[in-house]
Amino acid sequence: MFEIASSDCCPSRNDEERMDLTELTIKQAHEGLKNGEFTSVDLTKAFLAKIKAEDKDINAFLSVTEKLALEMAEAADEKIKSGKFGMLCGIPCAIKDAIMVEGQKCTAASKILENYVAPYDATVIKKLKEQGVVILGKTNLDEFAMGGSGENSAFGVTKNPHDKTRVAGGSSSGSAASVAANMAIFSLGSDTGGSIRLPSSFCGTVGLKPTYGAVSRYGLIAFGSSLDQIGPIAKNIEDAKIVFNAIKGNDAKDATSADLKDSEDSNSKFQISNLRIGVPKEYFALQRGSGQVKGIDVEVEKIIRNAIKKAEDAGAEIVEISLPSVEFALACYYIIAPCEASANLARFDGVRYGLSIQDGDLLDVYLKSKGHGFGAEVKRRIMIGTYALSSGYYDAYYKKAQEVRQLIKQDFAKAFEKVDLIFCPVSPVPAIKIGERTDDPLSMYLMDIYTVSVNLAGLPGLSMPAGKVGDLPVGLQIIGKHFEENKILSIGEEMEKLLK
Amino acid sequence: MISKEEVEHIAKLARLELTDREVEKMQKDLSAILDYFDLLKKAPKSEKENLYTPGVYKNILRADESLQQDASVVEKLIGQAPDKKDGYIKVKAIF
Repeated sequence: MFEIASSDCCPSRNDEERMDLTELTIKQAHEGLKNGEFTSVDLTKAFLAKIKAEDKDINAFLSVTEKLALEMAEAADEKIKSGKFGMLCGIPCAIKDAIMVEGQKCTAASKILENYVAPYDATVIKKLKEQGVVILGKTNLDEFAMGGSGENSAFGVTKNPHDKTRVAGGSSSGSAASVAANMAIFSLGSDTGGSIRLPSSFCGTVGLKPTYGAVSRYGLIAFGSSLDQIGPIAKNIEDAKIVFNAIKGNDAKDATSADLKDSEDSNSKFQISNLRIGVPKEYFALQRGSGQVKGIDVEVEKIIRNAIKKAEDAGAEIVEISLPSVEFALACYYIIAPCEASANLARFDGVRYGLSIQDGDLLDVYLKSKGHGFGAEVKRRIMIGTYALSSGYYDAYYKKAQEVRQLIKQDFAKAFEKVDLIFCPVSPVPAIKIGERTDDPLSMYLMDIYTVSVNLAGLPGLSMPAGKVGDLPVGLQIIGKHFEENKILSIGEEMEKLLK
Repeated sequence: MISKEEVEHIAKLARLELTDREVEKMQKDLSAILDYFDLLKKAPKSEKENLYTPGVYKNILRADESLQQDASVVEKLIGQAPDKKDGYIKVKAIF
């Protein structure tokens, strides 16, 4: 394998044309590959050069899989020459470093897995490989997917490409930043309480959290097993749809993956003019300074209201709905998720894999491996989870939270009797400054106020760019009923045109 | 404010070693977070159980049997352990 110096990339093209390749969408890249304008190797080299030039300032990638990428690109080019290939063949992407790619490091952005090499492919990776994608590298995240800013990575924060003094958002920080900075055409992230939607909102990308069960979790390092979902982050809705369709589906290796026949949803045509759109009144009523819940930023609210107005002008019926349990959603999530995490992370004990400090007796191995290997936020969440599940506290915290989870599900069920989709904000604020909330964990958790209830109810949720506050993107969230991703994506496409 | 003893007790349950400074910070952080959870006391009881569980969700079971793996797979997995012998993962004595 030859060295990639930037001057080697696409020697027949000048610098300007080479930069254009990284701006392509999946569809545009596919057309170019089909028409022989460039090869997947050309495309891949362009992205590798872009990453080499720019990622030192952004830190989206924890590892760049150059050798693998070029091998995959060459294999894709063979497929393309044969004439039989799909939309994703030869398309360079980035994968959140909590999703296993065989033979490559999978660190979960933690010291405890710093040198761990994945022994198998996640199901979503297997599916993408069958499509012939090119994997450029593994992207940065909050450690074990715990965080909303990207600042909890053991390997440095990912900067927001729109303003490098600000965070990219978390936990899929590198996945969103890589797409936003044209260092990948699309990426995969994971979402437990907003981790695809929030960084997408902050970085101006499209991010889809599928319905719980729509995409296999096999090969995703587990955080909150009743909440986690893998999903696409892309430059536009059409691309997100292509990736979602490639990764979704029942998997025998994930007992929680849904057994879906092609639902009505996938073949129906959806139009905004036929739609009833729900707007949760409680999501805008939380005023700044009242109680412990900070209200929505005035400029963010304007952007969301504007998007809703555009939908109304296009013929949608806007219906005010009530989701009263939003008051409890954050507390509910920040009990259930840490509880599940405390169980899921018990396996990192220095025995079978990962960091292992062999001093003393067996208990010392556990204490020291975890003590040295886990970061502060991970420790915090393990402690919260252990506390809430412990004898004497289980009823007051975990059991109560599960009961409240039912209330949240019921709120959405009631709302979806009256409306087809829900429009609301993704985050109460645009991208925060690096360091702004790191001293106050609770203030960091409050950014998740609009996203967590969607995971608790297992519903699908999309973040799509709706405007900017200065340079900072703001996302509109579209929530649908279970397994109605196609409805959300179709309406999202109409909204893309309306918001141009 | 959650006590130092309580933090140390939870840390022991979680098999997590915390420095004195970490214990102090944990007291502060956990207290604030646990106070926030008091909010849930206001929540009403839900009307029904599992109202919004679509028909597609059901228990998926498999036979309780161990499946033979390829030698290469076994090698890869055992290879990741810090301490191994003769194809087994070595662990320090429990007692």
